[in-house]
Amino acid sequence: MTKSNVQPTIFELSAPGRKGVQFPKSDVPTADLPKDFLREELPLPELSEHEVIRHFTNLSQLNHSVDNGFYPLGSCTMKYNPKINEETARLPGFAQIHPLQPAITVQGALGLMYETQKWLGEISGFDAVTLQPAAGAHGELTGVLIIRAYHRARGDEKRVKMLVPDSAHGTNPASSSMSGLEMVELPSDERGNVDLEALKAECDDTLAGLMITNPNTLGLFDENIHEVCQLVHEAGGLVYGDGANMNALLGIHRPGDSGIDVMHFNLHKTFSTPHGGGGPGSGPVGVTAELAEFLPFPQVAMTKEETEETLPFYDLITPKQSIGRVKAFHGHFGMVVRAFTYMLTLGKNGLRAVSEYAVLNANYLQALVKDTYHIPHERLCMHEFVAQGHWEDAPGIRALDISKRLMDFGFHPPTNYFPLIIPEALMIEPTETETKDTLDAFAETLLKIAEEARTDPEKLHNAPHRTPFGRLDEVKAAKELILRTQLPEGYGED
Amino acid sequence: MYIPHTNAEREAMLETIGQENLEDLFQCLPKDGRFPDLALPHGITEMEALDELQYIASANETTQELSSFLGAGAYNHYIPAAVDSLLRRGEFYTAYTPYQPEISQGTLQTIFEYQSLIAALTGMDISNASHYDGATAVAEAVNMAYHTFRGRRQKVILSPALHPHYRETVHTYMEGAPLEIVGEDLDPKAGPEELRPLLDKNTAVVIVQYPDFFGRIFDYAALGEAAHEVGALLAVHVNPLALGLLKPPSEFDADIVTGEGQPLGIPLAYGGPYLGIFATKQKYVRKMAGRLAGETVDDRGQRGYTLTLNTREQHIRRERATSNICTNQGLIVLASTIYMSLLGKHGLRQVAELNYHKAHYAAEKINTVPGYMVNPVQSFFNEFVVHCPRPAEEVNKHLLAHDILGGYELSKDYPELENELLVAITEMNTRSEIDYLIHVLLEE
Repeated sequence: MTKSNVQPTIFELSAPGRKGVQFPKSDVPTADLPKDFLREELPLPELSEHEVIRHFTNLSQLNHSVDNGFYPLGSCTMKYNPKINEETARLPGFAQIHPLQPAITVQGALGLMYETQKWLGEISGFDAVTLQPAAGAHGELTGVLIIRAYHRARGDEKRVKMLVPDSAHGTNPASSSMSGLEMVELPSDERGNVDLEALKAECDDTLAGLMITNPNTLGLFDENIHEVCQLVHEAGGLVYGDGANMNALLGIHRPGDSGIDVMHFNLHKTFSTPHGGGGPGSGPVGVTAELAEFLPFPQVAMTKEETEETLPFYDLITPKQSIGRVKAFHGHFGMVVRAFTYMLTLGKNGLRAVSEYAVLNANYLQALVKDTYHIPHERLCMHEFVAQGHWEDAPGIRALDISKRLMDFGFHPPTNYFPLIIPEALMIEPTETETKDTLDAFAETLLKIAEEARTDPEKLHNAPHRTPFGRLDEVKAAKELILRTQLPEGYGED
Repeated sequence: MYIPHTNAEREAMLETIGQENLEDLFQCLPKDGRFPDLALPHGITEMEALDELQYIASANETTQELSSFLGAGAYNHYIPAAVDSLLRRGEFYTAYTPYQPEISQGTLQTIFEYQSLIAALTGMDISNASHYDGATAVAEAVNMAYHTFRGRRQKVILSPALHPHYRETVHTYMEGAPLEIVGEDLDPKAGPEELRPLLDKNTAVVIVQYPDFFGRIFDYAALGEAAHEVGALLAVHVNPLALGLLKPPSEFDADIVTGEGQPLGIPLAYGGPYLGIFATKQKYVRKMAGRLAGETVDDRGQRGYTLTLNTREQHIRRERATSNICTNQGLIVLASTIYMSLLGKHGLRQVAELNYHKAHYAAEKINTVPGYMVNPVQSFFNEFVVHCPRPAEEVNKHLLAHDILGGYELSKDYPELENELLVAITEMNTRSEIDYLIHVLLEE
């Protein structure tokens, strides 16, 4: 047994009487406390500032992150998060403004939001953009509600069917049903595109729309995208684009130009805002001019144009047939500042280079491993590709084992078991910010693991060996359901 | 700038792929509109970008420059330096959702500690790993209640004193469900007594706020009992900072507790990202949306944590999931966990009391200004309604002319409350700042 990496919890580190922060003494007379409402005990831990710093610093060192290693997680776009974005988001002029301040006192913030709406619209080919949604799934919900509102506004109540390809992210079907629509799954054809015959069969007058991810989760650009959109439009439906894979398309192709009506962006994927260990994200939604009046409120508008004497004036407005409010205040402004900084820094050429090199890296990596790992749809891929982690001559080995073994070499595993239509899927997205050397080392490791699968399968089954923790018992976690620290009797009483 | 390839490397890679140049990689895209000439400026250096952003930021007037008495769901609190110092660790903020527990224990243990702290603070059995903000947490509470009764109970009662943004968000989220949402058109100042008659066997949930949107503190125990008598759920939305002082909603036998976590060490940042708190009773654990971290052991016998009960979530359950939530507020969860760890039981109580005493001092002083009145009977925490002698909008304009960010004009959401201003006081407001506010009010 090597040294234990178990960290005590903050509750276990606590000792009565310690303090991590002091507030000034009250400078006003003491008021009577509301004795009917006072709580008797507050069972929170007591620590000094240094202990808190050391505890969380130690915890941080148990994480793999983009800053300390390759993170080829498919459909998550784990690219480098530029440090300047962290600085600009923390400028007092952005971090210390209240969301309900009068517009006249926050013209900088509103102007920045207005510009971001415009940039995102230009990049994607949409006429209007909302910055309200807090994450990709939240953007999907917003977009699907817009589609519903559009049909209803036309008195078209019978359109309740939403088509979702079988390669879609789980959030797509969940967003559809959350907004009261019926989800129908569409198969993919042998080239990984939406099956056109199956699509045609569903195009009737109950069709609300289609949710499509393009490039899809196989990393493939749908070669029939124009036809797909046309079929849906002819049947009276609208096309929703899941923009999770937009990192392949900046300055390359505008989804709005190919017939997509509504699309969400993931600022935390394409536009370099950090993933934060699971969030916060930001999921702006772009729409065609026809759908602009259904956007959630508030929307940022330029209510007075610039003149020779005066600056433009920006304000919050409510679109005419708005679907309503999707969260409090005005979206994840802090993430918008980061994304705007990123776009401003890169500019039009830099944005195009992002996608060119993201696609170069993915194709290069695919070329290096394709003779060893089966690629079910071997074409030029976009920013990611899907390989299979299984061989007939190594029957006991699964994608999971390969993933766990990769950790021993300092790599984060690819997304595995997704998309669901590929058995033992390993979905690999290197992003544009990785060097050729890193890709070479990663490919070499994958080939070595493929060899181990035949020669030493046990080594893979028991992996990882060199990480701070080994495989966690997930069955025990679900069975015992310990979801909080178990406090000893009397904890928190003085 | 962030792309590391040398020309030689690019050429070597293209050769391996078997393509001539970068443009060839996109040959399967429609020719029409390929490589659009975007109407955007060229890139600039980091140095220039910082300059540009500083210029934009300087057009905003901050709560540092102005004296702020604005709250209404977002509060200007002190954030200890240690919070941001830890948030800037790349190991935390450049990590993904902890789907690979062997190399994500830092994030997982943080979530587990957050769940433990929120459970302790609210008095509830369990907490999830967060929603986007207070508004979406409330909407998810309605969604959960609706699904708990499998759609058979179709009435939801919202207190008119629940934050207007939250009520609006509930309407948007639940648009697809056949729900009747009642209670909002009661007198805005209606208390729990007025909500009780609305309860019936068709009610899924009644939602109240604590302290409510007007800052008032009510005892919701009787309302909870009445709700439970007809089989409905009680959901209480809290300001978590107030729970440093006030008894937890578990004492009202709340079934769901939601909260806006922004007061726990999160900057105002013009409205986000904030933190949606969601806690409930053990018996509803499988009905609750969002991620959960659970304690377990690894194959070396070490105590560790992993995401658990994933079968409730969209990536497994797809169209049968009750919520589509995926990305949540990970880093904000970390910030609030650090904040609560630093303050601990005494610090949280101290800051809550500071808010309470300063707010009561301010209310008393404002009451002495001719024409201005604060309801002296009702208990409140750090926010209260001031009845003004003229429209609140005019009062605010006068205050702003003196570099004071006044309160929230209630007429924006309640047209009948034209002369009423919602004023918030926190530990950041010094006595002299409050006295200056009084001075400016007297002067008009």
